[in-house]
Amino acid sequence: MTDSTMTTRQKVEASMRRRRAAETRFRLYGMASVLFGLLCLVVLFGDIFSKGTSAFSQTVLTTTIEIDGDYLDITPDSSESDIMSANYDGLIKRHFKNDVQPKGRSEARSLFSLISSGAGWQIQSQVLEDPSIIGKTVTVDLLVDDDVDQWFKHEYGNDSGSVRLSEKQLEWITGWIDSDALKTQFNTTFFVNGDSREPELAGIRGAITGTLLTLLVTFLLSFPIGVAAAIYLEEFAPKNRLTEIVEININNLAAVPSITFGLLGLAIFINIFGVSRSTPLVGGLVLTLMTLPTIIISGRAAIKAVPPSIREAALGLGASKMQTVFHHVLPLAMPGMLTGTIIGMAQALGETAPLLMIGMIAFVVDVPGFINDPSTVLPVQIFLWSDSPERAFTERTSGAIMVLLGFLIIMNTAAVMLRRRLERRW
Amino acid sequence: MNYSTLLIALLIALGAAYFLGRNRARSLAGQGESMHSLPTHYGALTALWTTLPPLLILIMWVMLEPRIVDALLTMQLPEAIRTASEAEVRLALSKVHNIASDPSMMGQSELGSVAAHLVDLEQRAAILKGGVILSLILLGVAVTWRRIQPDLRARGEVERIVRVMLFASSAIAVLTTLGILVSVLFEAVLFFQKVSPIEFLFGTTWSPQVALRADQSGSSGSFGAVPLFAGTLLISAIAMFIAVPVGLMAAIYLSEYATSRVRQLAKPALEVLAGIPTVVYGFFAALTVAPFIRGVGESVGLDVSSESALAAGLVMGIMIIPFVSSLSDDVINAVPQSLRDGSYGLGATRSETVRQVVIPAALPGIVGAVMLAVSRAIGETMIVAMAAGLAANLTANPLDSVTTVTVQIVTLLVGDQEFDSPKTLAAFALGLVLFIVTLVLNFVAIKIVQKYREQYD
Repeated sequence: MTDSTMTTRQKVEASMRRRRAAETRFRLYGMASVLFGLLCLVVLFGDIFSKGTSAFSQTVLTTTIEIDGDYLDITPDSSESDIMSANYDGLIKRHFKNDVQPKGRSEARSLFSLISSGAGWQIQSQVLEDPSIIGKTVTVDLLVDDDVDQWFKHEYGNDSGSVRLSEKQLEWITGWIDSDALKTQFNTTFFVNGDSREPELAGIRGAITGTLLTLLVTFLLSFPIGVAAAIYLEEFAPKNRLTEIVEININNLAAVPSITFGLLGLAIFINIFGVSRSTPLVGGLVLTLMTLPTIIISGRAAIKAVPPSIREAALGLGASKMQTVFHHVLPLAMPGMLTGTIIGMAQALGETAPLLMIGMIAFVVDVPGFINDPSTVLPVQIFLWSDSPERAFTERTSGAIMVLLGFLIIMNTAAVMLRRRLERRW
Repeated sequence: MNYSTLLIALLIALGAAYFLGRNRARSLAGQGESMHSLPTHYGALTALWTTLPPLLILIMWVMLEPRIVDALLTMQLPEAIRTASEAEVRLALSKVHNIASDPSMMGQSELGSVAAHLVDLEQRAAILKGGVILSLILLGVAVTWRRIQPDLRARGEVERIVRVMLFASSAIAVLTTLGILVSVLFEAVLFFQKVSPIEFLFGTTWSPQVALRADQSGSSGSFGAVPLFAGTLLISAIAMFIAVPVGLMAAIYLSEYATSRVRQLAKPALEVLAGIPTVVYGFFAALTVAPFIRGVGESVGLDVSSESALAAGLVMGIMIIPFVSSLSDDVINAVPQSLRDGSYGLGATRSETVRQVVIPAALPGIVGAVMLAVSRAIGETMIVAMAAGLAANLTANPLDSVTTVTVQIVTLLVGDQEFDSPKTLAAFALGLVLFIVTLVLNFVAIKIVQKYREQYD
């Protein structure tokens, strides 16, 4: 109504309040988005760390036990196989029966269930190491069952009972705590054991070895092939339709879902070429195909960054095209290529889906020795454990994730440092 | 001889041949001859001719040996098995292989004689293989040694061979695509012979359980994939609902508003989200986000499934944020400063400039970025495998449990497989759909991004 009487300046000034408010709002949305992203990062890490830190400690029961040679039917001079096959579980059961005096069979059973089923192995390996302790009384730190471990680490001290432990069991445990027999120590089992159905015996060594072997295969294949492909496409390929197709293809391949590489591995490597399943070899082959596009793309960028003057100088001095590339361009482009390769390897390290297809999900207890032994890898181990209902496995899954993230951080830091130290500006 | 010994032999031959060739060239030059190339070229030439042919033969051997052996064994099988179905033959063959690897079982089965034949065949193959490889190595050294004369143009020949090797390396990328396509297509065609494509693409019930024996009661399996497509779209839509606004606004804030200090810190921090393995996101979704959403839902009286689409979609959205933001950042930065300056000159505020000038100019690139993000969401496997369910519900309710194409591929292929059951083949048909959809999305998106990134240069 007053529009016609207002000057343009007045109109603009009248709208400024609204426009400034809109400006502030827009800015806040932007800030909120960045903060939301960072918040997610913090929550994710916080969640994993709060769940996983306790995986690095393990509750043990310190007890003095007599290695009764008569009961075990062995002497310090017995053969190794006799020592191996002696009944250590029985010895431990007898020891606790005498020590705690449970009434009746069912109470005895619930008492024995407090001790890990791996306790017998612990005694066995001690005796194997030093057979002279047979007949003597020794002090050992026995692993306890995961229910006791969880209760001691998380619930003890805040006065709550336990869903998994009975009144009587808690009474025995409190007795041990009062006599200072129960304590936590660094969880070495987690790092030296392979997978197990029992949480307190499960470790990531098998998975880590499998991961390293798989990455070794991946690196040995993908680095030379990727570098060679990048050199060809950047330095030798004629600019024609075929080269264009190859280029489009590589870009597309970098964005294809990883699971399709698993299908390829299953149908071609396993079914047609007969590579055995679940091995680091077939895993490495699949991951090679997956990381190749990353390595090729970064390799080409690194070669492109080498100025033409270098090539011209070399050619001018009589070097052949091949000598120019291998003696001058490649060494200068190498830092960039290595950075790309490390990033590709980091991707391969975290990859899970294609490896599920080629059988790396199998339950493997033994630590693989070579690239054709059945094995699993760290991300798949995480996937397997996350499915287990036991709370102790949740904790170990988070612990394994922390180890995996640790590896990734090391690799990415290495890539960044390499880029900073070796990258040249022309 | 097994493969690793042969590979080590090849490696030794490689080194030895190099020194032999080089020294031969040097000694010729020492006799006063004027050589065409440097001694190292003659060494490299000898090394290449010594190791390349046996290596190629070895690779072919690896591929062909099992098939030839199986064909020979099939002829040895008892008449009854050989004339039965193909599956029976394959079963018998795998039994034979098992028996052969464990000599104590040899006498216990009627297939014992076939297994003995297999052991014999394998021994003969190993000797033959070792002989062929070793003689090729010696032949390569001898022939090249004779050829090393002053007028042999070793450099040119070495460079031609190396060039072929470089080309072969870049061809692997194309072969990979072909390999994926052929392997998926081949099994998918087998599947479509048993289940019609119409039923697969438009059917609305998905229950891939197939009765194991003919006399067994139970479903014969139905393969209508619509619930899977719907589930995939639902979860991807939820993910996009989070990732697109947050990623885009973060990119705008970082490129238009933030000081360079903030930018230097916040950008890599956001990109950390993209580097976290998907299995970690899956764990986070299944054990933290899903129970949280369920708890919130119950407190307001909603019935939330413990494997809700919302939890998987939400976490997938978080994963894709850096993907959208860094790609959008690139295209926003590609918009020339002159456009912004012109807008400021006309009196527009920053946000008005962004909304009315920068975004429209960058829009095609942003659309491309979003398409790439969608393709990533569709193909993402671990988050949905761990946080979304297996129940093929046809629903649009994000609080319900749905399943996706990738989850079904994993479920159908993990564990024991029979390559003639529609259940296993269905996974490849789903893989084909997934591959084609993501390939088309990527192809179009990469074209768009490349085209509009250069437009203002």
